[in-house]
Amino acid sequence: MRVKFTVNGRPQEADDVWEGESLLYVLRERLGLPGSKNACEQGECGSCTVRLDGVPVCSCLVAAGQVEGRDVVTVEGLADHARRRAAAGARGTSLPDAQQARGGADSHTGEGTELSPVQQAFLDAGAVQCGFCTPGLLVAADELLESHPNPSDEDVREALSGNLCRCTGYEKIMDAVRLAAARQGEAV
Amino acid sequence: MSSPKHPTASAQRGAPAGAPTRITQGSQTRGAIGESTLRPDGTLKVTGEFAYSSDLWHEDMLWGQILRSPVAHAEIVSIDTAEALATPGVYAVLTHDDLPTEVKNYGLEIRDTPVLAYGKVRHHGEPVAVVAAAHPETARRAAAKIKVEYRELPVITDEASATAPGAVLVHEHRTDHHVGHVPHPNIVHRQPIVRGDAAAAARRADVIVRGEYTFGMQDQAFLGPESGLAVPEEDGGVHLYVATQWLHSDLRQIAPVLGLPEDKVRMTLAGVGGAFGGREDLSMQIHACLLALRTGKPVKIVYNRFESFFGHVHRHPAKLYYEHGATHDGRLTHLKCRIVLDGGAYASASPAVVGNAASLSVGPYVVDDVDIEAIALYTNNPPCGAMRGFGAVQACFAYEAQMDKLAKKLGMDPVEFRQRNAMEQGTIMPTGQPVDSPAPVAELLRRVKAMPLPPERQWESSEGADVRQLPGGLSNTTHGEGVVRGIGYAVGIKNVGFSEGFDDYSTARVRLEAVAGEPVATVHTAMAEVGQGGVTVHAQIARTELGVAQVTIRPADTQVGSAGSTSASRQTYVTGGAVRHACEQVRERVLELGRRRFGSYHPAWATAELLLEGGKVVTDGGEVLADLAEVLGDEAVEVEDEWRHRPTEPFDLRTGQGNGHVQYSFAAHRAVVEVDTELGLVKVVELACAQDVGKALNPLSVVGQIQGGTTQGLGVAVMEEIVVDPRTAKVRNPSFTDYLIPTILDTPTIPVDVLELADDHAPYGLRGVGEAPTLSSTPAVLAAIRDATGLELNRTPVRPEHLTGTA
Repeated sequence: MRVKFTVNGRPQEADDVWEGESLLYVLRERLGLPGSKNACEQGECGSCTVRLDGVPVCSCLVAAGQVEGRDVVTVEGLADHARRRAAAGARGTSLPDAQQARGGADSHTGEGTELSPVQQAFLDAGAVQCGFCTPGLLVAADELLESHPNPSDEDVREALSGNLCRCTGYEKIMDAVRLAAARQGEAV
Repeated sequence: MSSPKHPTASAQRGAPAGAPTRITQGSQTRGAIGESTLRPDGTLKVTGEFAYSSDLWHEDMLWGQILRSPVAHAEIVSIDTAEALATPGVYAVLTHDDLPTEVKNYGLEIRDTPVLAYGKVRHHGEPVAVVAAAHPETARRAAAKIKVEYRELPVITDEASATAPGAVLVHEHRTDHHVGHVPHPNIVHRQPIVRGDAAAAARRADVIVRGEYTFGMQDQAFLGPESGLAVPEEDGGVHLYVATQWLHSDLRQIAPVLGLPEDKVRMTLAGVGGAFGGREDLSMQIHACLLALRTGKPVKIVYNRFESFFGHVHRHPAKLYYEHGATHDGRLTHLKCRIVLDGGAYASASPAVVGNAASLSVGPYVVDDVDIEAIALYTNNPPCGAMRGFGAVQACFAYEAQMDKLAKKLGMDPVEFRQRNAMEQGTIMPTGQPVDSPAPVAELLRRVKAMPLPPERQWESSEGADVRQLPGGLSNTTHGEGVVRGIGYAVGIKNVGFSEGFDDYSTARVRLEAVAGEPVATVHTAMAEVGQGGVTVHAQIARTELGVAQVTIRPADTQVGSAGSTSASRQTYVTGGAVRHACEQVRERVLELGRRRFGSYHPAWATAELLLEGGKVVTDGGEVLADLAEVLGDEAVEVEDEWRHRPTEPFDLRTGQGNGHVQYSFAAHRAVVEVDTELGLVKVVELACAQDVGKALNPLSVVGQIQGGTTQGLGVAVMEEIVVDPRTAKVRNPSFTDYLIPTILDTPTIPVDVLELADDHAPYGLRGVGEAPTLSSTPAVLAAIRDATGLELNRTPVRPEHLTGTA
């Protein structure tokens, strides 16, 4: 079957999709967006978390056909998403549809890449080790800070309890979310 | 349902296999050693662009799928692949009959593991056949069509069944170098350690405590599944991109099975999503290469989580029998102990785990009279091998329980009792090896005890109880009723580096050249970056030694010599040591070059101690002699060299005597728990750690290692266990639904106190960090639960039924 949907603000279509494929498989293997991760493919680890019409979901549990005509944001689109959100917040209007191309980034190292506040905070706080849980945590943490700009520690833990991390012991992840929230507060 | 098809050519593509991640550090990530420098791969990891082994893709690639045994022990009567082969979209189906050479086994130390089962299967999930197809679902369905007839055999599951008269031998024809000294062919290796006279010392004891302890089977549960891409090459060789802990060890095991010389098997490290010991053994490597060579097409294999639980070795479950004595004044008199590790069906790292368990079974304490024995069994349980802590974890669980029992019996404070018996620099280990660098065991306990305690009834707020901070959490099972607090302490000792005479070297290639007028260092090693931050440390070392800002870290591959394994807390010590060693030689050559070119302009070139700092050659007095870029000109200075730590020696097979270890590391924990005694639910409120790291090369990473290791110890204290059915030896919980690892709600705050007492034998005085915190975390949590409940609790993990008396 053919599936048409919007990913990170761009219309996409995938052909010859087998009905049993998940959204995660289509993103990773058909659209060249492997940022969403395949740690369990059982809906337990959260590493494949994406926004589906704004709602965080495990993309491994979403059948590809279910996303027809819908809007998906992945970790690859997080910086753009945050920038559009900030612009909309500043103007007090709906999200602008203008897409700014990323300029000047080194494709090998990522240096010069524009990052969302939560991405930058994960780097600065040392919340990234192997990094396999990171994309899902970033999408979940970004959604949390979008809906709850000043979460308590227990709110953060509850919101991120569907995202497993095996490297960090979560302390630096807590630091990162606190840092992103604080920076977001300063920016307003 | 229609058949899956191969992805269309029109699809956009990320990360092609030919372009592994190159990491350059520039302006964003300055940092010398001792500074909390940010990861050079961090930006790629937060943008989703970092290419992990499961992300690789190649034009025209196939997907591999492994068929695994549904039973634990059986003769293979027949295998029929005809129907699978006839499936549209299937390119190859291979069994043991298709292996190209007479080398049909692999293994880290003992080559006892069949690439594909022949004659017998020895554990649940053993690989039997492999399939390559255009779509992963096609491969899965084809694998399910392979007909294998098994004739089941009785299962060996524990010491009693392994050594019973007439027991079936797991391996009938052993020829390995341990078979001559083990008491039974179902025992992989046995290591006794005898020192002093434990029987005589026991007669001096005023109190004696005995305990029998059980340690459950823990899984590494790294998040990035076993995966990789094998690409056939025009010269008949193969290029394998894979997530592993040691490229050269893989290479030595892969090449003979393929019948290729090692230089025709090229290996490049793909992005690794955690390891923790679980990638020391091969998983899909040989299978992918076989399929690629057979089909002439690139083949990708990615396990799902279910398969991952069968696809790598686990931490050895263990039975530990301990007897300690002490005098009234709180001095340990002796230790008698027996540690039985279940190695499962294949040897993996079992012999080395036995050596560790035996030599570290006494813990960080002074005990002159010991009688110790450790063995690993061959059984039909899942194979066990390396996991963070490697034999020392199981022992620590037992000896720390013993310390609490002794303190209680003597009416002493458990921390004071430990401090009274704590080892220090100069202590002689039971192996006869003197501890010749700082061993601040008593100090670590003092520090962890001195940290402020979390407030009582911390769940209370102005709006009532916050259930998220109570046992049972959001299940809302209590608002504090039946909840009891407990506090427990533990301390542990771990060896750093490969032991027992192993030639544990690393290789580094360092190049210094001027690019666009700026000096740039390039570091090339085969070190597996598995998340620990070794790439950050290599850049810090190069910056420090060569005085440059820009360092490029080349992808790890087999085009440079071995860097040894990313395990045993050894990489910063050994490969870091190799990078420093190579940098020192580069520096000497650069200074030679400078003397030749500019020596006549300034006398200091000949007379002063010269340094490379800030991109310049300077005297130790701070005078600038030349720009590094000018000295280099068009020349690149490059050095590749090996570096070794002090040699070790094997343990004597009868007495266990020998200078077997390179270095020891120490950590202590204090756990604060709250237990709902009615439901048997545990909330760990805080898990404080103090650790000596010698020198923190990257403090941010060091703390991250300590917190991560602590959390894995917490997991095996209260939730993590692979459950194997004792009647069938089948794994009952191969999923993240049923094998639980700590979530962010299960994990408490982890305050860390880092001590830096230099080890003069090690580069920069550093001490391996990664494993020690995994040891003492578990027994500290157990001690706290015992403190809260008064229960004895001789097994880990603790389950609710153990706390409610309903087990």
